[in-house]
Amino acid sequence: MYDFRYHRPATLDEASALLADCEDGVYLAGGQTLVSTLKQRLAQPSDVIDLAKIDGLSGVKALGDTIEVGAMTPHAKVAASGDVQKAIPALASLAATIGDPQVRNQGTMGGSLATNDPAADYPAAVLALKATVHTDRREIAADDFFCDLFETALEPGEIITKVSFPLPERAGYAKFPNPASRYAMVGVMVADLGGAVRVAVTGAGPCVFRQRDMEAALATSFTAEAIADIAMAHDGFNDDIHGSAEYRAHLVTVMARRAVAPAD
Amino acid sequence: MGHEVSLKVNGQAITETVEARTLLVDLLRETLGLTGTHVGCDTSQCGACVVHVDGVAVKSCTLLAVQLEGRDVVTIEGIADGDTLHPMQAAFHEHHGLQCGFCTPGMVMSAIDLLNNNPDPSEREIRAGLEGNLCRCTGYHNIVKAIAACAEGS
Repeated sequence: MYDFRYHRPATLDEASALLADCEDGVYLAGGQTLVSTLKQRLAQPSDVIDLAKIDGLSGVKALGDTIEVGAMTPHAKVAASGDVQKAIPALASLAATIGDPQVRNQGTMGGSLATNDPAADYPAAVLALKATVHTDRREIAADDFFCDLFETALEPGEIITKVSFPLPERAGYAKFPNPASRYAMVGVMVADLGGAVRVAVTGAGPCVFRQRDMEAALATSFTAEAIADIAMAHDGFNDDIHGSAEYRAHLVTVMARRAVAPAD
Repeated sequence: MGHEVSLKVNGQAITETVEARTLLVDLLRETLGLTGTHVGCDTSQCGACVVHVDGVAVKSCTLLAVQLEGRDVVTIEGIADGDTLHPMQAAFHEHHGLQCGFCTPGMVMSAIDLLNNNPDPSEREIRAGLEGNLCRCTGYHNIVKAIAACAEGS
């Protein structure tokens, strides 16, 4: 690992001021992607700004019609939260499939979303559940947040503070995990938000996306059969040693059916 | 560049000066001489480096030492009570939950965390709970037996 300057700010303002002053700074949340990236010398930031000591960024709050998750909340806490299990069980069970137990104890929701790994699980939940990403500057709708491969709508220096999830009438998540990394080869979250059905697909393409044909079909009939014959085009899909683009496209329909079945 | 970091390791308060890029596992092994925590894959897959931070299992090869400021770290060296093995260590011994022993420290630390969260796990839950720990000897069967026995005994 190349060396860097390390900072441990106590407030959001201090953190963003530090980043603005750096030549090439990066924020550190749980570090379960960043530390590995640094170790492999895939990144060489001049400064690493650790957000761990900033108060108020961690924890789950049930607010009646929404669940709020602090950006620094580890996956294990989301998975184990009674509030999340009760209000959005699919979100709790999704969190319980990220990485492995030790990664879930350290990795955070904000870190995962800011990274926007194409095979991460949380982007599917945020997009399907129509969540709102709150930052130190503004609120960003899920539909506007995920832009491209490892790209989000976050401006330089902007920090995610929390994510608020409206409560769905029903939702489900199914993923086909890579057996080594547990990242999603394909993961599909379906959510019936009462009047609107949203289907978000992760792992298949360069960035999480909505499958609108399935949304329309499920809005008419929220059953696995309703989408069984919807074939996904594989143009632009990820194609690697773990699976071809065609295989991933096939998995989208399979995972979507599995996500709907328990949610139904 | 040197950074001072103060933390607790196995109950003892320590302050060390480390480079920003120093990994927790290197602080433990190289600086503090606690070589019970192993480095297997160095890519946060194998779990040989698992320690507890504030009571929960994490991979010490994927944490910077500076992230541990003010935190409480327990390694495999810190769980026995003098000459009396921790019940999980005793269960691994009793059920021969190891072959070459390289993965054992991480297995034991993960297993303790597993039972902390789920005191009465099924075999399936034990196996799922060990997702982050690899045994190159493939000696999982007795590891699972040891954890089940420890859960039963406690």
